[in-house]
Amino acid sequence: MSADNNTSEPLFSKKNKMLITDPLTDNNPVTIQVLGICSALAITVQVSQAIVMSLSVLFVIIMGNLIVSLLRNLIPSRIRIIVQLLVVASLVIIVDQVLAAFLPDLSAKLSVFVGLIITNCIIMGRLEAFAMANKPWPSILDGLGNGLGYGAILILVAVFRELFGSGTLMGIPIFGNSLPGEESGLYTIGYQNNNLMILPPMALIITGVIIWVQRARNKALIEEH
Amino acid sequence: MAINKESTSFTFGFAIVLVSVLGLILATLSEGLKERTKDNIKIKKQLDILSAMIDIEKEGITRDNAEDEFPNYINLEDAIILNHKGELKKTDESLEAFDVDIKKENRDKTLSNEDKNYPLFIAKGKKVDKTKYIIPVVGKGLWGPIWGYICLKEDMNTILGVSFDHKTETPGLGAEINKAFFMDRWKDSKIMDEQGAFVKYEVVKDNSGAIKGDSKIDGITGGTITSKGVEEMVNRSLKIYSNYFRNLNSK
Repeated sequence: MSADNNTSEPLFSKKNKMLITDPLTDNNPVTIQVLGICSALAITVQVSQAIVMSLSVLFVIIMGNLIVSLLRNLIPSRIRIIVQLLVVASLVIIVDQVLAAFLPDLSAKLSVFVGLIITNCIIMGRLEAFAMANKPWPSILDGLGNGLGYGAILILVAVFRELFGSGTLMGIPIFGNSLPGEESGLYTIGYQNNNLMILPPMALIITGVIIWVQRARNKALIEEH
Repeated sequence: MAINKESTSFTFGFAIVLVSVLGLILATLSEGLKERTKDNIKIKKQLDILSAMIDIEKEGITRDNAEDEFPNYINLEDAIILNHKGELKKTDESLEAFDVDIKKENRDKTLSNEDKNYPLFIAKGKKVDKTKYIIPVVGKGLWGPIWGYICLKEDMNTILGVSFDHKTETPGLGAEINKAFFMDRWKDSKIMDEQGAFVKYEVVKDNSGAIKGDSKIDGITGGTITSKGVEEMVNRSLKIYSNYFRNLNSK
């Protein structure tokens, strides 16, 4: 990822496109770099929460990358991590406040998870590894790619957990009514929701399975020791 | 570059400017959104109070019309504040029952029991046929605070409905306390027995709470600590308020 080429590069050059597509596949922040696992555990119980979390992270990572990239030639290297942290923290507070003012119901649902965006290693990782050394436009694309790559895994894990843990998707019952005494659909023939799905260990196991599937399909991803 | 950006003075200068700029942006934003956020919190509280008494969805009450609809059910001038023994509390004239932050008071370790306020909302607005009583409750879940409102019927004894909510309980487990299936289990139970003694609620695991209208309530599978938190919260609060209702009834 060399930086600062000549300025005549087209906006969506091949290299720039790679910035978006790479994190979605062979350089996924969650499954390949194994970052941001903590939030993959915390908010993948319901798909709707995972989507909102993905969008919030997407906003913070794009804006953070842009701001740090604009400031990259000014930031003294001794305090660069603190500067990055300040930028991310301020952005997260902005997201939190705007959600509380304009989407109060959603804000209540997300509660502390918005604050937890600050601790998402993907964001700090991209600021340090990419935005500090690249121009604003590629930094935006890099943020977009990594945000989407993170969101895709988050939502995929959430789909499995919500479907088999609660029998719903986006809150809509898929297998019928599971309430004791009012069973319908699959539940009448003895199907049970798997409570383990809702507990945090299952998020790790599902993420592990995704990593396994991905590496089984693309042998180049397997690290050699 | 003319300036040495690795020098100590530049580092300090950069840090000071950055912090000031970010601080200014955040302060402006917070100040600008304050009124909106405050309104949102107030409206949410009104909706929570109402939903203990009525099905707000069925009545068509949403965030948009909550402020207009609320006085049709509850006149806040009827609301009173009790003390920890369930007697009317002598409070500052300026303290409104609606503004009492029981969450904050419950958290405040320095506040003695005598100083705590226990608001009681009395619903006798034009859309309420018989007077209802709404008790705010607050307690601890597994991860954070839980709270709710319990609405008593005109006999000051039977639960008409409850609304519970939480801040950070586990989705799918403890977080289910704010779902209708759990809140419905509290309906029609009585907080006092025939002698007027307070009846303790019990959240159980063995399905014995299936009978409606008694003080045994089925907990949530996998959400035991949250369920127990609800039990503690309801018992602690209702015990205090039951004193008030008992005295009122015996007069």
